[in-house]
This record gives sequence, C-alpha cells and structure tokens, in this order.
Amino acid sequence: MEKKLLTKYWHDPNHKMLDGYLKNGGYTAIKKALGMEPDAVIEEAKQSKLRGRGGAGFPAGMKWSFIPKKTDKPKYVVCNADESEPGTFKDREIIHKDPHSLIEGIAICAWAVQSHTAFIYIRGEFTEEAKMLERAIQEAYDHGYLGKGICGTAFDLELILHRGAGAYICGEETGMLESLEGKKGQPRNKPPFPATEGLFQCPTVINNVETLAVMPWIVLNGGAEYAKLGTPDSTGTKLVGISGPVKRPGVYEIEMGMPLMTFINELAGGMIEGKTLGAVIPGGSSTPPLTPAQCEQAKISYESLDKLGSALGTAGIIVLPDDFSVIEAMTVIARFYADESCGQCTPCREGTGWLYKTMKRIYAGKGAAQDLQMLSHISAGMKGRTICALADAAAWPMEGFLRTFPEAFQKAVTPKQAR
Amino acid sequence: MQLKPETKTKIKALLERYPQRQATLLPVLHLVQEDFGYLSDEVEELVAKELDIPRAAVSEVVTFYTMFYREPIGKYHIMACHNLSCTLMGAEKLIQHLEHRLGVKSKAPLGETTEDRRFTLTRVECLGACGEAPMMQINDKYHLNLTIEKIDKILEELP
Ligand SMILES: Cc1cc2nc3c(=O)[nH]c(=O)nc-3n(C[C@H](O)[C@H](O)[C@H](O)COP(=O)(O)O)c2cc1C
Ligand code: SF4
Ligand code: FES
Repeated sequence: MEKKLLTKYWHDPNHKMLDGYLKNGGYTAIKKALGMEPDAVIEEAKQSKLRGRGGAGFPAGMKWSFIPKKTDKPKYVVCNADESEPGTFKDREIIHKDPHSLIEGIAICAWAVQSHTAFIYIRGEFTEEAKMLERAIQEAYDHGYLGKGICGTAFDLELILHRGAGAYICGEETGMLESLEGKKGQPRNKPPFPATEGLFQCPTVINNVETLAVMPWIVLNGGAEYAKLGTPDSTGTKLVGISGPVKRPGVYEIEMGMPLMTFINELAGGMIEGKTLGAVIPGGSSTPPLTPAQCEQAKISYESLDKLGSALGTAGIIVLPDDFSVIEAMTVIARFYADESCGQCTPCREGTGWLYKTMKRIYAGKGAAQDLQMLSHISAGMKGRTICALADAAAWPMEGFLRTFPEAFQKAVTPKQAR
Repeated sequence: MQLKPETKTKIKALLERYPQRQATLLPVLHLVQEDFGYLSDEVEELVAKELDIPRAAVSEVVTFYTMFYREPIGKYHIMACHNLSCTLMGAEKLIQHLEHRLGVKSKAPLGETTEDRRFTLTRVECLGACGEAPMMQINDKYHLNLTIEKIDKILEELP
C-alpha cells in the first residue's frame, strides 16, 4: 500500500540521530553529488520530474537551472518549513523523524546551484521542531557534513535555522524572503523572480521541506528511477496527510496515482464508527472540495484532481463527515484567509473580508439569495489580480464550495419558514 | 532598563552569522521577548540601538507577527487551534469549556488573560498538527488528540 522512499527508515527511532542515519546509508548521496558536476546534479533533478511539494507543483530541477551560473553575487538556498496551509502536517513529520534527510537534501541543492549559505525558515510555533533541527544541524557541523569543506571537499556550506514569528503569509516565498531580511512578511511583486533577485537581492532557490528531503534518494538512485514511479505528470511518491474523523489519521507515503478512496479506506482505515463521508478537501484548505461521487473517480495526482476541478495542493486531505455543515466549513476557511491577508492588495484585503463577512452572515441564518451571487462575483474579482496567490487561494475554495454544494447554499439562504 | 549581558553575547554571535544586520531582527526579538516576557516601547528602543537600525523598522515587525507581544500576557499562553480539522474533531467544545473554566473570552490574535495572570486564552489558526486534532499549544508545547478530560488534567498538572 505505502511506497516508502523517504519514509523507509522512519520506524527506526535512531534514524533521527546522526548515528542511526549513517547506519541507514545517510550522507552517501551528498558524497556522490559532490563527485558529480553541479549541472549533472541539476540534470538528475530534472529527470526525476519531481514537482515542488509546497503546493504550487513547479518542477524542482527546472527551478534550480534558473539560478545564474555566472554571477558575482552570493547565491542562497532557502528551505520553506513554514507549513501553515490548513490541513497540512507532513513537513513536521519529516522534521521529527528524518531531519538529516532534509539537511542532506539542502546540501545537494546548494552544491547543484553552487550556494554557500542556506537557510531553513521554520514557522515560529514549531519550537520543539526548531530544537530538533538545531540538534541535527549541530551534529552535521560536528561531523563535517556542514561548515568549512564539507565531506572533506573544498566546498563550504553554512546552514542557518531561522524561526518565523506567526504569520501564514511568510509561507509565500517572497513574503518569506522579506521576513528573513528582518521585515514584515509582505510578498514582493514579481518579476524580478527570486532566481535572479531573491534574498538580499541575490539569486535564491526556495524549496519546500519535502522537495529537498527526497533529493538524497533521487541522487542515489537516479532521476530516471524516480520518474518510473507514479504517473507521467505526477512522478514518484508523495507524503499525504489525512485529518478529520477517519480511523487512522496521519501521514502516509504513497506512489502517485493511488485512488483516493483506497487511501481513505485502506490506509486511513475509513470513517470512524457512526460517521459517513460527506466531502473531501484533497490538498489543504485552498483546494476545492469533492463530493463522495467525485472521490470515487479521484486519484492522488496533479492531473486527476485538476480534472475534477480541484488540486493536489499540499496533499493535506481533510475529510468532512456528512453531518458537518459545509456552510460552517467554508466559513472557517473564509475566516482564515481574511485573517491572514497581508493587506497590500485591495482585491485581496477587501475580497477576503467580504467573503468572510458574507459567509458568517449566511452561517448565522441571516443570508439572502443575492448573497450567493455576491460570493461568486467577489471570488471572480479576486483571482489573478494580486501580488501573491493568497487571494486566489481564498477564492478557489469559495467557488468550489458554491459549485459543489449548491443545494446546501440555497437552503442556507432560504428563510426557515420557506424551506 | 538594559539587555542582559548573555543576550548581548548571543546577539553578537547572530550578527556574525547573518549576511546582514537587519536579518537578525526576528531571532533577536525572540531572544529579547524570552527575557522580558513582552516587547514594550522601551525594549523596542533597546533592540533598535543594539542592531543599529531605525526604531520604526523594529516596531513595524513587532506589530506584524502574532508571536510578538506588545503587552504582558499570562504565565501560560493557551493557543487553541480553531481551524478546520480541529473544528471537525470538536475544537469549539474544548474552547468553550476552557472559556468557562478560566472565566475569560478566547480571541484572535490575542485572547483575554485571567485575573491572576496565570492563563491567556487565544484562538489560533492551523498549527500544522491536524492529524492529531483537536490540539492546542501551551507556551512552547503542543498538546494533541485532546478531550475535555485531558485538557483539565493538563491544566491541573501545570506548576
Ligand atoms: C499564501 C501562500 C502560502 C504558502 N505557504 C507555503 C508553506 O507553508 N510551505 C511551503 O512549502 N510553501 C508554501 N507556499 C508556496 C511557496 O510560495 C513556494 O511555492 C514553495 O515554497 C516553493 O517550494 P517547492 O517548489 O519545493 O514547492 C505558499 C504559497 C502561498 C501563495
Ligand atoms: S494577495 Fe493578499 S496576501 Fe498576497 S500580497 Fe496581496 S494582500 Fe498580501
Ligand atoms: S487544523 Fe488544527 S492543527 Fe491543523
């Protein structure tokens, strides 16, 4: 059922310590990479067709290849450990069980793009996780996997763990760069893109924790081997999280393309006693919901979920039981994006605010029929017009809920006597 | 009021490590808040001086991030997740129970503090532990798979 590349040794409690990690073959991938040309490492990443695991799904190898080769500026690698898209909790698992895979993946990326300074930006609330990473980083320094001349080569690599301080928007990559520079985490206009003008105006790669942590496997086994797994558009494996009233919530590594219902019923054990499946949000709270009928057709892959009008996103599955009001669910989602908008762009600041206010009114039973048109209208006006994708991330689920559960919304705005 | 000598030493080490002075601001504010409990005007001034950056740059950052406090809070800061996965697993009932038990109102981004200044009850968004919902964070620690009985026990056992 599970396909364990990244999670192969997670049952081993010593794997999180350097000793255990080395026994399980750790830090052989970085040694191999250091013996290759940096471009050859980028080529392996490209061949793997691995798509970034932070939500946007941009091909990782291609991103690395955008970093200019000839430049006088320093280059930076930033690992995005902000993990704050509601429903997502996979990166936390990686940090708990496999911090050295992440460090090794960062070193591979740094070598590939020839960067000597890397950062892990971890969300501020992850205090225990920051301590775990700090300990692993120290172990890596003490044994020459980080610092001056790593693995006995002439390649230097500093890795700095940087804690955020509570702001969802710092998960957006340019908000993160601003935050790393000691400023408010307000996203930047693009272009320029981080590949040319990122951290401190220097070329910067930003990758999610999972994207980087799987790199050691890709380097050791080859990109082509990775691409053999999964589907043509969704290669490899994926860490999929599942929460809500299922018997075994948690994070599982599966080969891409697994039927969604197989995942829910077999890995997660199905619904808890007395609950029936009502809807599934497949990839974090910004991805539109699926009905039980759609779930039957869905596979866990980028293309299958796109086709059903949703998205793989972060692969944080949220299962809603049929006795939970979809109006309440959408109200919670709308509140989140309204609270987290950084306020720079009018369509986002105003739009997220209106969506929340209107949803709250409908949830309180005070909605009117024209509210539904207004919700669609506001959502449409928020998409593709702002500095970052938070506005889109708020509009997608709104449009998705309206499209998927029209009866529930109609009923919610119908006066009680008339129902 | 002054920064502690140990903190100043740590700040110096950060300044050596980071490529740019202002980039140390978040780690420095975390350190300083640990010493003083919250970030008053006076503390902001000290940080600005120590890093040699404008005071406005410090204030702007302090107000932007929810984990930096502009006022004193309770000894135990209870941050109850009220995002979707936790709500599905009964977070609202837990929060109501806490409000009742502590006699304060939960709010975001910073909730009320009990009169004895022992507890502050804040509502927060997803803390990235949805598989173990419902959950809360008390100061640095995550408490997972909560029930009313469990949360009562946790509160009673706090020193
Ligand atoms: C509002 C918003 C929040 C985001 N939050 C996260 C996050 O918490 N973690 C993450 O890895 N990516 C997040 N992203 C995506 C990042 O901007 C970026 O695409 C990603 O870190 C790139 O890494 P990847 O290519 O390896 O996925 C967010 C994007 C947006 C628009
Ligand atoms: S879209 Fe929203 S969150 Fe993104 S920059 Fe604009 S206002 Fe800020
Ligand atoms: S919804 Fe509560 S931890 Fe994610």
